[in-house]
Amino acid sequence: MTVKIVNLKVNGVDKALMAKPETTLLLALREHLGLMGAKRGCAQGACGSCTVLLDGDPVVSCLVPAVAVDGAEVGTVEGLADGRTLSDVQRAFVDGFATQCGFCTPGMIMSAEALLERNPDPTDDEINEAISGNVCRCTGYEPIVSAIRDAAATRRASAEARV
Amino acid sequence: MTLLHGRGYASVNYPTGMNLGGDPSQALIHATTTGGFVVTLSSVDLGQGLKTVVAQCAAETLGIPMENVIIDTADTDTGPHCMGTFASRGTHRVGNAVIMAAREAREVMLQVAADELEVDAGDLETDGTGYVHLKGSPDTKIHVQDVAMAAHFDQGKTISGRGIFLKERSYPVPETGEMDPDSCQAHACTVAEVEVDDETGVVTVLTLHNAYEIGRALNPAMVSQQIEGGAWMGVSHAVFESTEPYYPASRAHGPVDFCEYLMPGPAEIPAQTSVILERPAPNGPFGAKGIGEMTANAPIPAIANAIFDACGVRLTTMPFTPESVLRGLDALRAEGQG
Amino acid sequence: MARVNPIDGEFFKSERTSGFNVIGTTVPRSDALGHVTGRTEFFEDRTFPDLAHVKIHRSAYHHARIDSVDISEASKVPGVLRVITYKDVPANWYTVLRLIGIEPNDEPVLAEDRVLYAGEPIVAVVADSEAAAIEGAARVKVGYTALPAVFDVEEAMSPDAPVIKQAGTNFFVYEGHHARRIRFGDVEEGFAQADRIFEWRYSSAPIEHAPTETTGCVVVPQADGRLIIHTNTQAAFFTLDNTALILDRPFTDLRVKGGTVGGGFGGKVDVMVEPLACIAAALTNRPVKFVYTREEEMQVSSPRAAERIYIKDGVLDDGRIVARKIMLYVDAGAYSRHSPYGTTKAAAHLPGPYTIPNVYADCHCVYTNRTPSSAMRGFGVTIADFAIESQMDRIARALDIDPLRFRLINAYRDGDMKAHRKVASGTALIEVIQRAAALVGHDLPEEYLALSSSTPGEARS
Repeated sequence: MTVKIVNLKVNGVDKALMAKPETTLLLALREHLGLMGAKRGCAQGACGSCTVLLDGDPVVSCLVPAVAVDGAEVGTVEGLADGRTLSDVQRAFVDGFATQCGFCTPGMIMSAEALLERNPDPTDDEINEAISGNVCRCTGYEPIVSAIRDAAATRRASAEARV
Repeated sequence: MTLLHGRGYASVNYPTGMNLGGDPSQALIHATTTGGFVVTLSSVDLGQGLKTVVAQCAAETLGIPMENVIIDTADTDTGPHCMGTFASRGTHRVGNAVIMAAREAREVMLQVAADELEVDAGDLETDGTGYVHLKGSPDTKIHVQDVAMAAHFDQGKTISGRGIFLKERSYPVPETGEMDPDSCQAHACTVAEVEVDDETGVVTVLTLHNAYEIGRALNPAMVSQQIEGGAWMGVSHAVFESTEPYYPASRAHGPVDFCEYLMPGPAEIPAQTSVILERPAPNGPFGAKGIGEMTANAPIPAIANAIFDACGVRLTTMPFTPESVLRGLDALRAEGQG
Repeated sequence: MARVNPIDGEFFKSERTSGFNVIGTTVPRSDALGHVTGRTEFFEDRTFPDLAHVKIHRSAYHHARIDSVDISEASKVPGVLRVITYKDVPANWYTVLRLIGIEPNDEPVLAEDRVLYAGEPIVAVVADSEAAAIEGAARVKVGYTALPAVFDVEEAMSPDAPVIKQAGTNFFVYEGHHARRIRFGDVEEGFAQADRIFEWRYSSAPIEHAPTETTGCVVVPQADGRLIIHTNTQAAFFTLDNTALILDRPFTDLRVKGGTVGGGFGGKVDVMVEPLACIAAALTNRPVKFVYTREEEMQVSSPRAAERIYIKDGVLDDGRIVARKIMLYVDAGAYSRHSPYGTTKAAAHLPGPYTIPNVYADCHCVYTNRTPSSAMRGFGVTIADFAIESQMDRIARALDIDPLRFRLINAYRDGDMKAHRKVASGTALIEVIQRAAALVGHDLPEEYLALSSSTPGEARS
């Protein structure tokens, strides 16, 4: 079994870990780097609970071999808040009661962050599509869609304020 | 192809708790040196928000701010017994236990405060801001932090309380089924509007309108979460979650993953309007009844009845798959021709 | 922004009190910050050095005699620490509801000489790594003789069906009866009075809980020999007590820590993973994780039961239901779990939120060679409500009565005697119907809008 050193920039910080060929990015984050935000809901790429950003794009980290992404930038839910200041998406999820059990929440939020990064003013259809790979069994989705809509508005307002 | 529209109704009730074993839950409360109140439980929060709602019950009863309440739960070494989280019992049973414990702790808190202020405990009141003050004399007051400090370091008292919910165990009478299993009943009426595609058999649930009677909405946003999430699950049970082709043809009861076991996504949810009614239950915490489970129930028959209204097909087996709709339409056509 | 449904204070005005500080207000959820930052600690988010893993070899047959179990190849897999069979389970036979007096112990933790459903656990393998445990479990060899299997609830009840249960019947026995009975009034007399009789059949397929977090636990042996169980159970003491009984160890040897669960919906009250994880941890003296894969969660964790319900109603032309007879069959699958209790809960719910003077129900908890079913959100009620409310719709149409008026005519009210002989109180069915009608602009005549749950219905005396 070949063990390889994998270098990643995780939430802006350089990390190195020893990975086997079968070590997924999800396991690398959770078991090697201690970042427990991404969850194992199915290990089949079907529930989205393990969604993280890989060079800015949302991926189901349970299907990504760690050795295949050597040198990549990885964004996880742990990297969103600035100290105790939440990101706009995180804040909107809290204020909008968009969480119940919380297990899908980190993955859902990462999908939303990726969407708003590339599309600051998404339609409801675009929001629906962006989180269509994230399973939630508690909320009925509507509060989540609504929170993402709210977060988009907040982000646009603060972008305008900066101009 | 025609899109057929229909409306269906259902009205239901649902029991809070299921008393076959006494259905007990307990709570302990104690004050820290600086006026934090730790509520110790062994109850489990599945995501419905039990920790938040029992903190509200504790804060309301103690008369202190929410920030002063700490919930410590689900460790069997430290927390007193709880039967568990099921049967729509959490808010009702644990809420009652917490209120009972908080009343006992409040009594001590007021006595300590009375001794500090040199007044009668019966003349004291709280306003939820953190102060205990003399009725009619708001300036004669003491903060709960000072009350707790005095109890710990001057008066030598523990500000604490014990609470339990227990309903006398009910044994059903074997011959008649006479029994007293629940504590109260919540109610709902749902109106569903659907669209049936007569070519594909696909049923789209367009709207759900709900009226819920739940005793008291302790936290209205969390009530809305249960109604909205439960309605989604009802829609999912009715027209999405299918064990076909495995059941009943083979023994296997269903699919193996989320790729086969489909549930509605965010683009497939009906528009919902809901209104809450409150008829407080005398035995409920501030009148609350349990609604965690029932919210999935009324949508299912409302959808079945709406499908009939739309296309004349009476579906008597859940779930309502496109195939079952098409078979029903075929049967209607055959009847029409025959 | 929080989405909050409006409260209509016009109903039950005199019964509602006010003047609260935090009750009735939308305070933020105390767990939300943890959820959105990924800091909420679920059981699997704790790490322990030298963590070992449990995987299961499961029955390939619906119903079979076990002739042989060969674990020699499994033991040889590198990394496999122990192979556990029923002989390692101190008190192998259990039923979770024994805590409230339900008998008999009808389910083995690990199968002994027979299996009653495909997927039933036979051997547990504990290994250094998940991969080694999977490999070990795959190498267990079991010899079977297939036995006739029963898959249908009504077939299982028939006298010529093969008896699959050791207790001698394919149904749970309720104090000498083959079903939980409801007997109220005289249902045959009711049918004789009726102008119309309506009888239909309803059924449902099993339904998965499908929580995003699968069922699981991590058990950590302590220096003093106690075991700490980090688990996503829905019921901490219920799990502790059942586990201690299976381990045949003092209750004080165990400590359950949990309370944060990635969705339950009733699927995490069955005590399926903790006993074997404890046995594995005690045998290896290492922390052990036993967590269901998604496939196990879907296939071998208990679903919501499939049900079959026959409802026969006797109705007067004016819309009053005078008799209702219900035959209800719950497919418990191979073992009891919570089904005897759920079936009683179904009985107590009948005949629905309506006052009917003559009610007769037999609620059967039936065993088949299917995956054992158990509790799920709305246990005993969800499928019954589907049947009852479909029935109400069909009768209303048959009598050409408005469906909401038909329900209002029969709605239960305060003071009415329910079929399980409990006097109704705090009822509000009439009001939710009235309010829902208003929501959708469904006109109700004045006399129906004037109805109230707190005034007795004279029509029924």
